[in-house]
Amino acid sequence: MEPILSIRNLNFYYGEHKALKDVNMDIYKNNVTAFIGPSGCGKSTFLRTLNRMNDFIENVKVEGNIIYEGKDIYSKEMEPVELRRRIGMVFQKPNPFPKTIYENIVYGLRKNGVNKKEVLDEVVEKTLKAVALYDEVKDKIHKSALELSGGQQQRLCIARAIAMQPDVVLMDEPTSALDPISTMKIEELVLELKKDYTIIIVTHSMQQAARISDYTAFFLNGEVVEYDETSKIFSNPRDKRTEDYITGRFG
Amino acid sequence: MRRIEFEGKERMNRLEKAVKIILTTLGLISIFTTIGIIFSLFEETFMFFKEVSIVEFLTGTKWTPLIEPTHFGVLPLVAGTMLIVVIAGLISIPLGLGSAIYLSEYAPKKVRKFLKPILEVLAGVPSIVYGYFALTAITPLIRNIFPETSVYNALSAGIAVGIMTIPLVSSMSEDAMMAVPDSLRNGAYALGATKLEVTKDVVIPTAMSSIVASFILAISRAVGETMIVAMAAGSTPKLTINPLESIQTMTGYIVQISMGDVPYGSLAYKTLFAVGTLLFLITFILNVISRHFVRKYRRAY
Ligand SMILES: Nc1ncnc2c1ncn2[C@@H]1O[C@H](COP(=O)(O)OP(=O)(O)OP(=O)(O)O)[C@@H](O)[C@H]1O
Ligand SMILES: [Mg+2]
Repeated sequence: MEPILSIRNLNFYYGEHKALKDVNMDIYKNNVTAFIGPSGCGKSTFLRTLNRMNDFIENVKVEGNIIYEGKDIYSKEMEPVELRRRIGMVFQKPNPFPKTIYENIVYGLRKNGVNKKEVLDEVVEKTLKAVALYDEVKDKIHKSALELSGGQQQRLCIARAIAMQPDVVLMDEPTSALDPISTMKIEELVLELKKDYTIIIVTHSMQQAARISDYTAFFLNGEVVEYDETSKIFSNPRDKRTEDYITGRFG
Repeated sequence: MRRIEFEGKERMNRLEKAVKIILTTLGLISIFTTIGIIFSLFEETFMFFKEVSIVEFLTGTKWTPLIEPTHFGVLPLVAGTMLIVVIAGLISIPLGLGSAIYLSEYAPKKVRKFLKPILEVLAGVPSIVYGYFALTAITPLIRNIFPETSVYNALSAGIAVGIMTIPLVSSMSEDAMMAVPDSLRNGAYALGATKLEVTKDVVIPTAMSSIVASFILAISRAVGETMIVAMAAGSTPKLTINPLESIQTMTGYIVQISMGDVPYGSLAYKTLFAVGTLLFLITFILNVISRHFVRKYRRAY
């Protein structure tokens, strides 16, 4: 299988603090990859290195390579703005803009010169259907997105990300602020979306990782302890620390 | 474990009550003082309008309360104030908003730490210093460019008022923009927006009502500014829009009359209160509008 992202010898520093230590990983196309590990082990940091969202944090340093479409994303040939169009992101807390549902979804398109109403209308309808939100909001598409519930807002944020037709969607604990039913809907959505997109998801729920991911990486203190097919990680982990963590015997 | 005895609640309650009474008294004192001031202002104003019709006052285009034949049209003073406000706004709004955007969105932490206090010091400089600055620095500069400019002119005073109110706009707008959660910025960045787009599409609209409120506050400050205009704008009530001429504002007139020797109780004396009341109403309305915007903004979160 071909990797869509290849991470080689990646180190990451917040000032003096080394948050990622020699990470190597291949992310496979049209798969769901889950990152698990205890709080503070560097999952979010790693996720943000993949679309250069760490650029906005002062005083950080990246070493190593992340190869995407044959290019190092930290090289001069890669425009971070362009990269983020191709590798989208969904955050832990739903963060719709204080605009209408419609404008939330088309924001990224507008910023890229897509302004034809027919095109935008079609994208809005298609993406709302893709995130199973269409029936719930079809009467208030031109109302403020802030009127939606948390779970609906999060699905709107996913819609907003896939409206850009990215290659990869990064999700940082997208269900941690949601109730079980909203969580289930998003999990179903992730499984649906992997037909068209490559998905990387950070989660604190072992069950969630087991349910929806094809590959799982276990992080500990900035290192990747184990990275393999999810079934292997959960049934037959090679490392003792992985086993301790997934069985809840950790720390 | 030992049972813990709680005590002293009784005493606390008494203290609580005493504090409440003291604070209520203090609050009432300030409310009554304000009412008293407004009342005395309105009383004299009422006396004034017994002698001069309200229509003449509000629509007349000549203001010569001290020279025969006397005219009591306040429009020249209002126009003078407007001229100052417009010039000041043209300076303070773009520069204030620009520095707020820079400080909140572009400046590295270190630069912000260094620049913010400087701007705040600017806000603390007494306005007489700005008046002096207008006379000795701005006016000569303007007269260099436009030699026909009067020594006292609206432009110079307006610029000085504008500079003085920059910190008002910048600090209030900056606070509002800093309060925009980073999660919103990140959301836009993650969709491939540039820094300028994030600022323009997300940060400014989210902070908009506070930004507008800061503009209105700066304007109301310019309306009420006295020392600078008394020093640099002149004392010629004139219905003009030429900023290079000598003018007089409402506040400028009040200062002039208060310092001159108008007999107590005369009609000229009462003009003070009529103009003062008008000034009070204008700034009051501006402040109400500004508060309305701030409230709207708070609700957005
Ligand atoms: N902006 C930052 N500045 C400095 N240090 C940071 C910053 N963000 C994270 N860190 C540090 O980097 C390490 C990894 O943090 P990260 O947020 O990546 O962990 P995480 O695995 O996502 O944790 P969680 O599961 O709690 O979200 C932690 O020690 C954290 O304190
Ligand atoms: Mg995290």
